[in-house]
Amino acid sequence: MIRTEEMLLNVGPQHPSTHGVFRIVLKIDGETIIEATPVIGYLHRGTEKLAENLQYTQIIPYTDRMDYLAAMTNNYVICHAVETMMSLEIPERAEYLRVIVMELGRIASHLVWFGTYLLDIGAMSPFLYAFREREAIINMLNEICGARLTFNYMRVGGVKWDAPDGWIEKVRDFIPYMREELAGYHDLVTGNEIFLNRVKGIGYYSKEEALDYSLSGANLRCTGTSWDLRKDEPYSIYERFDFDVPVFHTGDAWARYQCRMQEIEESLKILEQAVEQFPEEGPVMAKVPRIIKPPKGEAFVRIESPRGEIGCYIASEGKKEPYRLKFRRPSFYNLQILPKLLVGENISNLITILGGIDIVLGEVDG
Amino acid sequence: MTDKNEQNPNEGLSIEEQKKKAAAEAKAKALELAKQRQAEKAKAAETTEPAAEPELTKEELKKKAAAEAKAKALELAKQRQAEKAKAEEATVPAAEPELTKEELKKKATAEAKAKALELARQRQAEKAKVDETSEPELTKEELKKKAAAEAKAKALELAKQRQSEKGNATEPAGDDEKAKAAAKAKAVAAAKAKAAAAAKAKLARETGGDTASEPASDDEKAKAAAKAKAAAAAKAKAAAAAKTKAAREAGGEPASDDEKAKAAAKAKAAAAAKAKAAAAAKAKAAREAGGEAPAGDDEKAKAIAAAKAKAAAAAKARAAANAKGAAAEPAEEEKPSPNQPILDTYIKVIKEHLGEETLEDAYINRLSKDVPTLVAKPDTYYKVAEFLKHNDQLCFDYLSEMHGTDFETHFEVYNHLYSYVNRQSVALKVKIDRNSAVTQSITPLWAGANWPERETYDLLGIQFEGHPNLTRIMLPDDWVGHPLRKDYEPHDVEV
Repeated sequence: MIRTEEMLLNVGPQHPSTHGVFRIVLKIDGETIIEATPVIGYLHRGTEKLAENLQYTQIIPYTDRMDYLAAMTNNYVICHAVETMMSLEIPERAEYLRVIVMELGRIASHLVWFGTYLLDIGAMSPFLYAFREREAIINMLNEICGARLTFNYMRVGGVKWDAPDGWIEKVRDFIPYMREELAGYHDLVTGNEIFLNRVKGIGYYSKEEALDYSLSGANLRCTGTSWDLRKDEPYSIYERFDFDVPVFHTGDAWARYQCRMQEIEESLKILEQAVEQFPEEGPVMAKVPRIIKPPKGEAFVRIESPRGEIGCYIASEGKKEPYRLKFRRPSFYNLQILPKLLVGENISNLITILGGIDIVLGEVDG
Repeated sequence: MTDKNEQNPNEGLSIEEQKKKAAAEAKAKALELAKQRQAEKAKAAETTEPAAEPELTKEELKKKAAAEAKAKALELAKQRQAEKAKAEEATVPAAEPELTKEELKKKATAEAKAKALELARQRQAEKAKVDETSEPELTKEELKKKAAAEAKAKALELAKQRQSEKGNATEPAGDDEKAKAAAKAKAVAAAKAKAAAAAKAKLARETGGDTASEPASDDEKAKAAAKAKAAAAAKAKAAAAAKTKAAREAGGEPASDDEKAKAAAKAKAAAAAKAKAAAAAKAKAAREAGGEAPAGDDEKAKAIAAAKAKAAAAAKARAAANAKGAAAEPAEEEKPSPNQPILDTYIKVIKEHLGEETLEDAYINRLSKDVPTLVAKPDTYYKVAEFLKHNDQLCFDYLSEMHGTDFETHFEVYNHLYSYVNRQSVALKVKIDRNSAVTQSITPLWAGANWPERETYDLLGIQFEGHPNLTRIMLPDDWVGHPLRKDYEPHDVEV
């Protein structure tokens, strides 16, 4: 007769597979999780409180620190919110530059996820390949804005710097290279039996549950809901590009993996068209007042970040600082379903499920 | 004695002998018992292992047990695999349990391919559906496509003509210059063609749009026409300017060789791209007229061409909007929002079911992409939220965002709801008294409100009644005060 005892197991806050400072308190019976309580807030920096004393342009660097794996989309969401309130027209060239850097950021973010996720579940080499390709992207972004992660590139009304000479050609050359490497990833990982056994049927939730828990991004699209704000509520110039929204139906970690990998391909498609259509000349900043003062009122906008819906709410009193600023951070919402997914699971699936959600702790904690 | 002996066979035996006998008997008995047990076991084993021999040594027994356990485990694993396979059947119709790695890989790629194909088909079907359902749209689309294709073809021809003309006319010019001029001419022609196509498309769109929607006022029509004209004129001007510039450059100051070569190469590349796009557009038109053609490079080109056309149209629209904004700003402000009818239905349905007095306010938030905004009364907040979620007509099944704000006179909770069924958004707000900051939790309706409500409680101190676990989430449990309140004073025991 095997006798088991209830045990309290503390994972994190410093644990390599949580990718940041995330703590989860598990109650386990043998190897089965019977209760999971996430503890967050270790990285809370009070961005929203700080923003109440900052001008809009000064807030942009703070957004870089939220989702630091795809900071371009964060930059964009606050600029977009202010521009929506002021009904600003953005110059063509700036819009194209924004789309190009955002899609590059999306690919880089998915590459980090791909590499670290496989590292989490025991595959070493994909990490090395993924980070090699990501490095190429980071170098390009570094060249355009002078930073590798915290870009501070966008401004209300456009972007801070125009692309240097030959930059667009570099992006153009990157597309076929990345396609080739992506095929290599599929050869290396996608058909691997060990990998499939680790992810298939793991961390399943239904379409209704996904909606109930306010999931977004690949976490929602893996359950058969086709929802991508780039397609369904087009912002910037996304309505000009021809791309698909990958949707899978099994709702498990395997579907989420497929979803993200295919999203890289779709981003490459967008990049290809954006580079093709890129205007040869033109300004990269609209004519905006020196001190930005959105009109009195409030606005909430949302866009598609690599992790899901990222939103920005601004309540303005017509002053140069926001009265209240709030970010809808996708990782924060997506993480809520974790305790529900873990109950009854074997403890060895904890990392597979947590990794599959794809969180960034800077974003969870705000 | 003998009787006694017979009665008791142990009588005449010594104690030693008696002991021995007893031991022997006990042994025999034990053996028999063991045999019996073994037989029983064998019987039991027969159900799983028919050829189990009755007499087994200890070692053998152990082995047998292990084998049985293994078999059982295998069966379980098989069962599990079968279950898994069943679960996967949604995507993988016939998952065979034993596949080599290669086969699996192949399968995966095949699946992905099949899926992509299906997606493509679905999209095509959807597109076709949309086209079928909206007759005016179809004509519009077709007109656009046709116009674009024609314009491109024309432009190509023009460019060719020009090239030959130029070739004849400017003989003395250097080879470099010739190439440059030709390329420029090409570029100009292409630009013109684009402009023409765009103008045509716009006209088509506008006429199509007008017929499709309710008849616009003459005024508006005239305006649209004027706009189109103005746009065309502007384009023509631009083209003319480009031409003169080209002429000047061709005849004027000699550029450095390097620059020339660069420019020529660029122009060439552009021209090539244009030609490709034109060919693709043609092919597309042909395909659409005569059915399907093999996909591949063609499709890519098609996509690019389509995207280009789209971009041109969008740019046009934007320019038009700009012009309009500059020309008739006061008129636009008076126009009702496109979401006004949606808001009206929401209000109507809510009032029908919940009574006249449920909403405090309802308006279109023009600053926030025209989102319909409902302000519930503090006591009806939960009821309205519940109604928004469960009513068949509204069906707001997704909570996109939830947060609170301190407006100094009151607190406000803001919810951005979305209906995946109707593809519509609504903002639901409630104003809360600052002195007794209590409201109802909507976590029972949307599980996604759980953490945001905790965050709002943590940073603003709004209590949510009915929340399963209303504790601080960002700050430590012993934190004093709620930082996002406007009157917050940091508290530090050390100071």
